[in-house]
Amino acid sequence: MASLRDIRKRINSVKSTQKITKAMKMVAAARLKRAQDNILMARAYAERLQMVISSLAARIETKTHPLLEDREEKKSLLMLVFTSDRGLCGTFNSALLKQVEAYVAEKREAYGENICLMVVGRKGVEYLKKRNYNVIDSWTNIYQKEQYETARTIGEKIIDSFINHQCDEVVVVYNKFRSAISQVPTFTTLLPLEPIVENPEMPLTEYIYEPDKQTLLNELLPRNVFTQIHRAILESIASELGARMTAMDNATNNAIEMVDRLTLLFNKTRQAAITKELMEIIGGAEAIKK
Amino acid sequence: MADTFKLEIVTPYGLVMSGEAEELTAPSIIGQITILPGHHPLLTALTIGELSYKYKGKTEYLAVSWGFAEVTFDRVTILVETAEKAIDIDLTRAEAAIKRAEERLKSLTEDDADYFTAKTSYEKALVRIEVAKKVKGS
Repeated sequence: MASLRDIRKRINSVKSTQKITKAMKMVAAARLKRAQDNILMARAYAERLQMVISSLAARIETKTHPLLEDREEKKSLLMLVFTSDRGLCGTFNSALLKQVEAYVAEKREAYGENICLMVVGRKGVEYLKKRNYNVIDSWTNIYQKEQYETARTIGEKIIDSFINHQCDEVVVVYNKFRSAISQVPTFTTLLPLEPIVENPEMPLTEYIYEPDKQTLLNELLPRNVFTQIHRAILESIASELGARMTAMDNATNNAIEMVDRLTLLFNKTRQAAITKELMEIIGGAEAIKK
Repeated sequence: MADTFKLEIVTPYGLVMSGEAEELTAPSIIGQITILPGHHPLLTALTIGELSYKYKGKTEYLAVSWGFAEVTFDRVTILVETAEKAIDIDLTRAEAAIKRAEERLKSLTEDDADYFTAKTSYEKALVRIEVAKKVKGS
Protein backbone atom coordinates (compact mmCIF):
# COMPACT_ATOMS: atom_id res chain seq x y z
CA MET A 1 0.00 0.00 0.00
CA ALA A 2 1.27 3.44 -0.93
CA SER A 3 2.47 5.57 1.91
CA LEU A 4 0.84 8.90 2.73
CA ARG A 5 3.84 10.78 1.46
CA ASP A 6 3.69 9.01 -1.90
CA ILE A 7 0.04 9.83 -2.36
CA ARG A 8 0.59 13.47 -1.45
CA LYS A 9 3.38 13.68 -4.01
CA ARG A 10 1.15 12.15 -6.63
CA ILE A 11 -1.66 14.61 -5.91
CA ASN A 12 0.71 17.53 -6.28
CA SER A 13 2.08 16.29 -9.55
CA VAL A 14 -1.41 15.75 -10.99
CA LYS A 15 -2.37 19.23 -9.86
CA SER A 16 0.56 20.83 -11.62
CA THR A 17 -0.16 18.87 -14.78
CA GLN A 18 -3.71 20.13 -14.57
CA LYS A 19 -2.44 23.71 -14.39
CA ILE A 20 -0.44 23.17 -17.56
CA THR A 21 -3.27 21.56 -19.49
CA LYS A 22 -5.62 24.30 -18.41
CA ALA A 23 -3.19 26.97 -19.56
CA MET A 24 -2.74 25.20 -22.90
CA LYS A 25 -6.47 25.05 -23.34
CA MET A 26 -6.81 28.76 -22.73
CA VAL A 27 -4.02 29.60 -25.14
CA ALA A 28 -5.54 27.40 -27.82
CA ALA A 29 -8.96 28.95 -27.29
CA ALA A 30 -7.61 32.47 -27.61
CA ARG A 31 -5.68 31.68 -30.76
CA LEU A 32 -8.57 29.75 -32.24
CA LYS A 33 -10.63 32.91 -32.46
CA ARG A 34 -7.92 34.58 -34.52
CA ALA A 35 -7.50 31.53 -36.74
CA GLN A 36 -11.22 31.48 -37.42
CA ASP A 37 -11.17 35.15 -38.37
CA ASN A 38 -8.29 34.44 -40.75
CA ILE A 39 -10.34 31.80 -42.51
CA LEU A 40 -13.16 34.25 -43.03
CA MET A 41 -10.76 36.86 -44.38
CA ALA A 42 -9.18 34.45 -46.81
CA ARG A 43 -12.57 33.22 -47.88
CA ALA A 44 -13.50 36.72 -49.06
CA TYR A 45 -10.46 36.75 -51.33
CA ALA A 46 -11.01 33.22 -52.59
CA GLU A 47 -14.64 33.85 -53.43
CA ARG A 48 -13.92 36.99 -55.39
CA LEU A 49 -11.10 35.30 -57.25
CA GLN A 50 -13.46 32.48 -58.14
CA MET A 51 -15.99 35.01 -59.37
CA VAL A 52 -13.46 36.73 -61.59
CA ILE A 53 -12.31 33.39 -62.99
CA SER A 54 -15.79 32.19 -63.82
CA SER A 55 -16.84 35.48 -65.32
CA LEU A 56 -13.73 35.40 -67.46
CA ALA A 57 -14.20 31.76 -68.43
CA ALA A 58 -17.73 32.49 -69.57
CA ARG A 59 -16.36 34.83 -72.20
CA ILE A 60 -13.46 32.81 -73.44
CA GLU A 61 -13.66 30.39 -76.31
CA THR A 62 -10.81 27.99 -75.78
CA LYS A 63 -10.52 26.77 -72.25
CA THR A 64 -7.19 25.12 -72.52
CA HIS A 65 -4.49 25.54 -70.00
CA PRO A 66 -1.83 23.07 -68.77
CA LEU A 67 -3.37 23.19 -65.30
CA LEU A 68 -6.77 22.15 -66.58
CA GLU A 69 -5.45 19.15 -68.48
CA ASP A 70 -7.10 15.96 -67.29
CA ARG A 71 -4.69 13.33 -68.54
CA GLU A 72 -6.17 10.10 -69.75
CA GLU A 73 -3.37 7.96 -68.52
CA LYS A 74 -2.53 8.86 -64.95
CA LYS A 75 0.78 7.42 -63.89
CA SER A 76 1.71 9.11 -60.67
CA LEU A 77 -0.01 10.72 -57.77
CA LEU A 78 1.24 13.51 -55.56
CA MET A 79 -0.25 14.06 -52.15
CA LEU A 80 0.12 17.21 -50.12
CA VAL A 81 -0.49 16.40 -46.46
CA PHE A 82 -0.99 18.97 -43.72
CA THR A 83 -0.26 17.93 -40.14
CA SER A 84 0.77 19.91 -37.08
CA ASP A 85 4.24 20.67 -35.78
CA ARG A 86 3.34 20.04 -32.19
CA GLY A 87 1.58 17.26 -30.37
CA LEU A 88 -0.85 17.29 -27.46
CA CYS A 89 -3.79 17.82 -29.72
CA GLY A 90 -5.68 14.56 -29.38
CA THR A 91 -6.25 12.51 -32.50
CA PHE A 92 -5.64 15.47 -34.81
CA ASN A 93 -2.60 13.95 -36.49
CA SER A 94 -3.18 10.26 -35.95
CA ALA A 95 -6.68 10.27 -37.42
CA LEU A 96 -5.47 12.12 -40.49
CA LEU A 97 -2.38 10.00 -41.00
CA LYS A 98 -4.32 6.78 -40.64
CA GLN A 99 -6.61 7.91 -43.42
CA VAL A 100 -3.62 8.90 -45.54
CA GLU A 101 -2.20 5.40 -45.12
CA ALA A 102 -5.50 3.82 -46.08
CA TYR A 103 -5.78 6.13 -49.09
CA VAL A 104 -2.27 5.31 -50.27
CA ALA A 105 -2.94 1.60 -49.88
CA GLU A 106 -6.07 1.94 -51.96
CA LYS A 107 -4.36 3.99 -54.66
CA ARG A 108 -1.45 1.57 -54.88
CA GLU A 109 -3.57 -0.56 -57.16
CA ALA A 110 -3.78 2.14 -59.77
CA TYR A 111 -0.44 3.90 -59.33
CA GLY A 112 1.86 1.18 -58.03
CA GLU A 113 4.87 2.77 -56.40
CA ASN A 114 4.38 6.09 -58.12
CA ILE A 115 2.86 7.82 -55.15
CA CYS A 116 4.87 10.62 -53.65
CA LEU A 117 4.09 12.85 -50.73
CA MET A 118 4.79 16.42 -49.79
CA VAL A 119 4.29 16.80 -46.09
CA VAL A 120 3.80 19.90 -43.99
CA GLY A 121 4.22 19.72 -40.22
CA ARG A 122 6.80 17.91 -38.10
CA LYS A 123 4.43 15.23 -36.83
CA GLY A 124 3.47 14.04 -40.27
CA VAL A 125 7.00 14.20 -41.63
CA GLU A 126 8.33 12.04 -38.79
CA TYR A 127 5.50 9.55 -39.00
CA LEU A 128 5.55 9.06 -42.75
CA LYS A 129 9.32 9.00 -43.14
CA LYS A 130 9.62 6.36 -40.44
CA ARG A 131 7.19 4.19 -42.36
CA ASN A 132 9.16 4.53 -45.58
CA TYR A 133 6.67 6.49 -47.59
CA ASN A 134 8.08 8.35 -50.52
CA VAL A 135 8.31 11.82 -48.97
CA ILE A 136 9.81 14.03 -51.66
CA ASP A 137 9.47 17.34 -49.88
CA SER A 138 8.63 18.57 -46.42
CA TRP A 139 8.14 21.79 -44.55
CA THR A 140 8.09 22.36 -40.82
CA ASN A 141 7.39 25.37 -38.62
CA ILE A 142 5.57 27.28 -41.29
CA TYR A 143 2.32 27.92 -39.52
CA GLN A 144 3.39 31.06 -37.73
CA LYS A 145 4.80 32.81 -40.75
CA GLU A 146 3.01 34.58 -43.55
CA GLN A 147 0.83 31.76 -44.75
CA TYR A 148 0.07 33.06 -48.20
CA GLU A 149 3.75 33.30 -49.05
CA THR A 150 4.20 29.71 -47.92
CA ALA A 151 1.20 28.60 -49.94
CA ARG A 152 2.78 30.23 -52.93
CA THR A 153 6.13 28.50 -52.49
CA ILE A 154 4.44 25.12 -52.13
CA GLY A 155 2.08 25.91 -54.99
CA GLU A 156 4.86 26.84 -57.37
CA LYS A 157 6.62 23.54 -56.69
CA ILE A 158 3.45 21.58 -57.28
CA ILE A 159 2.59 23.41 -60.47
CA ASP A 160 6.10 22.79 -61.76
CA SER A 161 5.93 19.10 -61.13
CA PHE A 162 2.46 18.86 -62.66
CA ILE A 163 3.40 20.71 -65.82
CA ASN A 164 6.59 18.67 -66.20
CA HIS A 165 4.53 15.47 -66.02
CA GLN A 166 6.20 14.33 -62.81
CA CYS A 167 2.75 13.80 -61.45
CA ASP A 168 -0.64 13.56 -63.12
CA GLU A 169 -2.87 14.18 -60.18
CA VAL A 170 -2.46 16.19 -57.00
CA VAL A 171 -4.51 15.59 -53.88
CA VAL A 172 -4.50 17.80 -50.81
CA VAL A 173 -5.16 16.28 -47.40
CA TYR A 174 -5.96 18.41 -44.39
CA ASN A 175 -8.19 18.60 -41.37
CA LYS A 176 -11.18 20.66 -42.27
CA PHE A 177 -12.36 22.90 -39.51
CA ARG A 178 -16.00 22.32 -38.77
CA SER A 179 -16.17 23.52 -35.20
CA ALA A 180 -13.95 23.62 -32.15
CA ILE A 181 -14.90 20.05 -31.33
CA SER A 182 -15.13 18.61 -34.80
CA GLN A 183 -12.37 18.38 -37.40
CA VAL A 184 -12.74 16.22 -40.45
CA PRO A 185 -9.82 14.81 -42.45
CA THR A 186 -10.55 15.93 -45.98
CA PHE A 187 -9.17 14.87 -49.36
CA THR A 188 -9.57 17.26 -52.26
CA THR A 189 -8.19 17.15 -55.76
CA LEU A 190 -6.05 20.17 -56.42
CA LEU A 191 -4.81 19.41 -59.92
CA PRO A 192 -5.99 19.10 -62.60
CA LEU A 193 -8.14 22.06 -61.69
CA GLU A 194 -11.80 21.40 -61.88
CA PRO A 195 -13.38 22.55 -65.10
CA ILE A 196 -14.63 26.04 -64.60
CA VAL A 197 -18.31 26.29 -63.95
CA GLU A 198 -19.93 29.08 -65.76
CA ASN A 199 -22.30 31.07 -63.71
CA PRO A 200 -25.41 31.51 -65.80
CA GLU A 201 -26.68 34.38 -63.68
CA MET A 202 -23.64 36.46 -64.43
CA PRO A 203 -24.67 39.43 -66.55
CA LEU A 204 -22.81 39.24 -69.79
CA THR A 205 -21.62 42.79 -70.14
CA GLU A 206 -18.69 43.11 -72.47
CA TYR A 207 -15.53 43.85 -70.57
CA ILE A 208 -12.37 45.48 -71.73
CA TYR A 209 -9.48 43.13 -71.04
CA GLU A 210 -5.94 44.21 -70.42
CA PRO A 211 -3.89 42.46 -71.66
CA ASP A 212 -6.01 39.80 -73.45
CA LYS A 213 -8.38 37.23 -71.97
CA GLN A 214 -6.14 34.23 -72.42
CA THR A 215 -3.17 35.87 -70.72
CA LEU A 216 -5.38 36.92 -67.86
CA LEU A 217 -6.73 33.42 -67.42
CA ASN A 218 -3.23 32.02 -67.51
CA GLU A 219 -2.28 34.35 -64.72
CA LEU A 220 -5.39 33.61 -62.71
CA LEU A 221 -5.29 29.84 -62.68
CA PRO A 222 -2.03 29.44 -60.74
CA ARG A 223 -3.37 31.94 -58.20
CA ASN A 224 -6.33 29.67 -57.76
CA VAL A 225 -3.95 26.87 -56.79
CA PHE A 226 -2.17 29.11 -54.27
CA THR A 227 -5.45 30.23 -52.80
CA GLN A 228 -6.61 26.65 -52.33
CA ILE A 229 -3.38 25.69 -50.60
CA HIS A 230 -3.61 28.80 -48.48
CA ARG A 231 -7.06 27.78 -47.44
CA ALA A 232 -5.91 24.28 -46.51
CA ILE A 233 -3.18 25.81 -44.33
CA LEU A 234 -5.63 28.06 -42.53
CA GLU A 235 -8.13 25.27 -42.02
CA SER A 236 -5.40 23.07 -40.66
CA ILE A 237 -4.27 25.74 -38.21
CA ALA A 238 -7.78 26.31 -36.90
CA SER A 239 -8.42 22.57 -36.67
CA GLU A 240 -5.22 22.00 -34.74
CA LEU A 241 -6.14 24.65 -32.22
CA GLY A 242 -9.65 23.30 -31.91
CA ALA A 243 -8.35 19.76 -31.42
CA ARG A 244 -5.86 20.94 -28.84
CA MET A 245 -8.51 22.88 -26.99
CA THR A 246 -10.77 19.84 -26.76
CA ALA A 247 -7.93 17.49 -25.85
CA MET A 248 -6.65 19.81 -23.14
CA ASP A 249 -10.14 20.34 -21.79
CA ASN A 250 -10.54 16.59 -21.43
CA ALA A 251 -7.12 16.32 -19.84
CA THR A 252 -8.03 19.02 -17.33
CA ASN A 253 -11.28 17.28 -16.44
CA ASN A 254 -9.51 13.97 -16.05
CA ALA A 255 -6.95 15.58 -13.81
CA ILE A 256 -9.67 17.02 -11.59
CA GLU A 257 -11.27 13.60 -11.32
CA MET A 258 -7.96 12.00 -10.54
CA VAL A 259 -7.20 14.50 -7.80
CA ASP A 260 -10.58 13.72 -6.26
CA ARG A 261 -9.89 10.03 -6.31
CA LEU A 262 -6.40 10.44 -4.93
CA THR A 263 -7.66 12.72 -2.17
CA LEU A 264 -10.16 10.07 -1.17
CA LEU A 265 -7.43 7.46 -1.13
CA PHE A 266 -5.23 9.82 0.86
CA ASN A 267 -7.92 10.33 3.52
CA LYS A 268 -8.67 6.63 3.74
CA THR A 269 -5.00 5.82 4.14
CA ARG A 270 -4.67 8.48 6.81
CA GLN A 271 -7.67 7.10 8.67
CA ALA A 272 -6.31 3.59 8.43
CA ALA A 273 -2.99 4.75 9.83
CA ILE A 274 -4.69 6.51 12.77
CA THR A 275 -6.85 3.49 13.51
CA LYS A 276 -3.82 1.29 13.42
CA GLU A 277 -1.93 3.54 15.81
CA LEU A 278 -4.91 3.68 18.19
CA MET A 279 -5.17 -0.09 18.18
CA GLU A 280 -1.52 -0.37 19.02
CA ILE A 281 -1.81 2.08 21.91
CA ILE A 282 -4.88 0.35 23.29
CA GLY A 283 -3.22 -3.00 22.85
CA GLY A 284 -0.16 -1.75 24.70
CA ALA A 285 -2.25 -0.27 27.54
CA GLU A 286 -4.16 -3.55 27.90
CA ALA A 287 -0.91 -5.45 28.13
CA ILE A 288 0.39 -3.19 30.92
CA LYS A 289 -2.87 -3.55 32.90
CA LYS A 290 -2.47 -7.26 33.09
CA MET B 1 -24.44 59.69 -63.07
CA ALA B 2 -23.16 58.94 -59.65
CA ASP B 3 -19.99 60.77 -58.80
CA THR B 4 -18.56 57.99 -56.66
CA PHE B 5 -18.18 54.25 -56.98
CA LYS B 6 -17.81 51.47 -54.46
CA LEU B 7 -14.25 50.39 -53.94
CA GLU B 8 -13.08 47.20 -52.31
CA ILE B 9 -9.49 46.15 -51.82
CA VAL B 10 -9.11 42.51 -50.84
CA THR B 11 -6.01 40.48 -49.99
CA PRO B 12 -5.71 36.89 -48.74
CA TYR B 13 -5.14 38.38 -45.30
CA GLY B 14 -8.35 40.33 -45.27
CA LEU B 15 -10.32 43.27 -46.49
CA VAL B 16 -8.01 46.27 -46.58
CA MET B 17 -10.52 48.83 -47.69
CA SER B 18 -14.19 48.93 -48.40
CA GLY B 19 -15.98 52.17 -49.13
CA GLU B 20 -16.66 54.92 -51.60
CA ALA B 21 -14.14 56.58 -53.88
CA GLU B 22 -14.23 59.29 -56.52
CA GLU B 23 -11.12 58.39 -58.40
CA LEU B 24 -8.72 55.48 -58.46
CA THR B 25 -5.26 55.16 -59.91
CA ALA B 26 -3.82 51.67 -60.15
CA PRO B 27 -0.62 50.13 -61.52
CA SER B 28 -1.88 47.93 -64.33
CA ILE B 29 0.68 45.82 -66.14
CA ILE B 30 0.52 48.04 -69.19
CA GLY B 31 0.90 51.26 -67.24
CA GLN B 32 -0.85 53.43 -64.69
CA ILE B 33 -4.57 53.64 -65.20
CA THR B 34 -7.04 56.00 -63.65
CA ILE B 35 -10.64 55.04 -63.17
CA LEU B 36 -13.45 57.49 -62.70
CA PRO B 37 -17.09 56.70 -61.91
CA GLY B 38 -19.00 55.23 -64.83
CA HIS B 39 -15.96 53.62 -66.39
CA HIS B 40 -16.62 50.90 -68.91
CA PRO B 41 -16.35 47.40 -67.38
CA LEU B 42 -12.73 46.40 -67.31
CA LEU B 43 -10.65 43.52 -66.09
CA THR B 44 -6.97 44.10 -65.80
CA ALA B 45 -3.92 42.57 -64.19
CA LEU B 46 -2.04 44.72 -61.70
CA THR B 47 1.63 44.70 -60.96
CA ILE B 48 3.80 45.88 -58.11
CA GLY B 49 3.23 49.57 -57.69
CA GLU B 50 1.41 52.40 -56.11
CA LEU B 51 -2.33 52.52 -55.87
CA SER B 52 -4.21 55.63 -54.82
CA TYR B 53 -7.77 56.68 -54.47
CA LYS B 54 -9.47 59.96 -53.81
CA TYR B 55 -12.45 60.53 -51.63
CA LYS B 56 -13.77 63.92 -50.55
CA GLY B 57 -10.58 65.65 -51.59
CA LYS B 58 -8.37 63.29 -49.62
CA THR B 59 -5.99 60.97 -51.37
CA GLU B 60 -4.92 57.68 -49.83
CA TYR B 61 -1.86 55.80 -51.03
CA LEU B 62 -1.20 52.08 -50.86
CA ALA B 63 1.67 49.89 -51.94
CA VAL B 64 0.33 46.83 -53.72
CA SER B 65 1.80 43.80 -55.40
CA TRP B 66 0.50 41.42 -58.02
CA GLY B 67 -3.26 41.19 -58.50
CA PHE B 68 -6.34 42.29 -60.45
CA ALA B 69 -8.79 45.08 -60.78
CA GLU B 70 -12.31 44.35 -61.83
CA VAL B 71 -14.31 47.37 -62.81
CA THR B 72 -18.05 47.27 -63.31
CA PHE B 73 -20.36 50.23 -63.74
CA ASP B 74 -20.76 51.04 -60.08
CA ARG B 75 -17.99 49.20 -58.30
CA VAL B 76 -14.31 48.39 -58.42
CA THR B 77 -12.86 45.29 -56.83
CA ILE B 78 -9.14 45.12 -56.35
CA LEU B 79 -7.70 41.68 -55.63
CA VAL B 80 -4.06 41.87 -54.66
CA GLU B 81 -1.65 39.62 -52.86
CA THR B 82 -0.42 42.39 -50.60
CA ALA B 83 -1.67 45.88 -49.93
CA GLU B 84 -0.17 48.19 -47.36
CA LYS B 85 -1.51 51.58 -46.47
CA ALA B 86 1.09 54.32 -46.57
CA ILE B 87 0.62 55.17 -42.91
CA ASP B 88 1.28 51.55 -41.92
CA ILE B 89 4.63 51.37 -43.67
CA ASP B 90 7.64 51.61 -41.43
CA LEU B 91 10.11 53.71 -43.41
CA THR B 92 13.24 52.57 -41.57
CA ARG B 93 12.31 48.96 -42.04
CA ALA B 94 11.55 49.50 -45.70
CA GLU B 95 14.91 51.17 -46.20
CA ALA B 96 16.69 48.29 -44.53
CA ALA B 97 14.77 45.92 -46.79
CA ILE B 98 15.79 47.76 -49.92
CA LYS B 99 19.46 47.65 -48.93
CA ARG B 100 19.22 43.94 -48.37
CA ALA B 101 17.48 43.40 -51.68
CA GLU B 102 19.99 45.59 -53.51
CA GLU B 103 22.95 43.65 -52.19
CA ARG B 104 21.29 40.38 -53.02
CA LEU B 105 20.55 41.55 -56.51
CA LYS B 106 24.20 42.54 -57.05
CA SER B 107 25.43 39.10 -56.10
CA LEU B 108 23.17 37.42 -58.66
CA THR B 109 23.14 37.37 -62.41
CA GLU B 110 20.14 37.04 -64.64
CA ASP B 111 20.76 33.33 -65.05
CA ASP B 112 20.33 32.59 -61.36
CA ALA B 113 17.10 30.99 -60.33
CA ASP B 114 16.68 33.50 -57.52
CA TYR B 115 17.30 36.54 -59.66
CA PHE B 116 13.64 37.06 -60.38
CA THR B 117 12.58 36.72 -56.75
CA ALA B 118 15.30 39.12 -55.67
CA LYS B 119 14.26 41.60 -58.28
CA THR B 120 10.65 41.38 -57.22
CA SER B 121 11.48 42.03 -53.60
CA TYR B 122 13.66 44.95 -54.66
CA GLU B 123 10.79 46.46 -56.63
CA LYS B 124 8.38 45.89 -53.78
CA ALA B 125 10.69 47.64 -51.35
CA LEU B 126 11.17 50.53 -53.74
CA VAL B 127 7.45 51.07 -54.09
CA ARG B 128 6.89 50.88 -50.37
CA ILE B 129 9.41 53.63 -49.78
CA GLU B 130 7.93 55.85 -52.45
CA VAL B 131 4.46 55.38 -51.07
CA ALA B 132 5.56 55.96 -47.50
CA LYS B 133 7.33 59.16 -48.46
CA LYS B 134 4.18 60.55 -50.01
CA VAL B 135 2.55 60.65 -46.62
CA LYS B 136 5.54 61.63 -44.54
CA GLY B 137 6.48 64.40 -46.97
CA SER B 138 3.12 66.15 -46.94
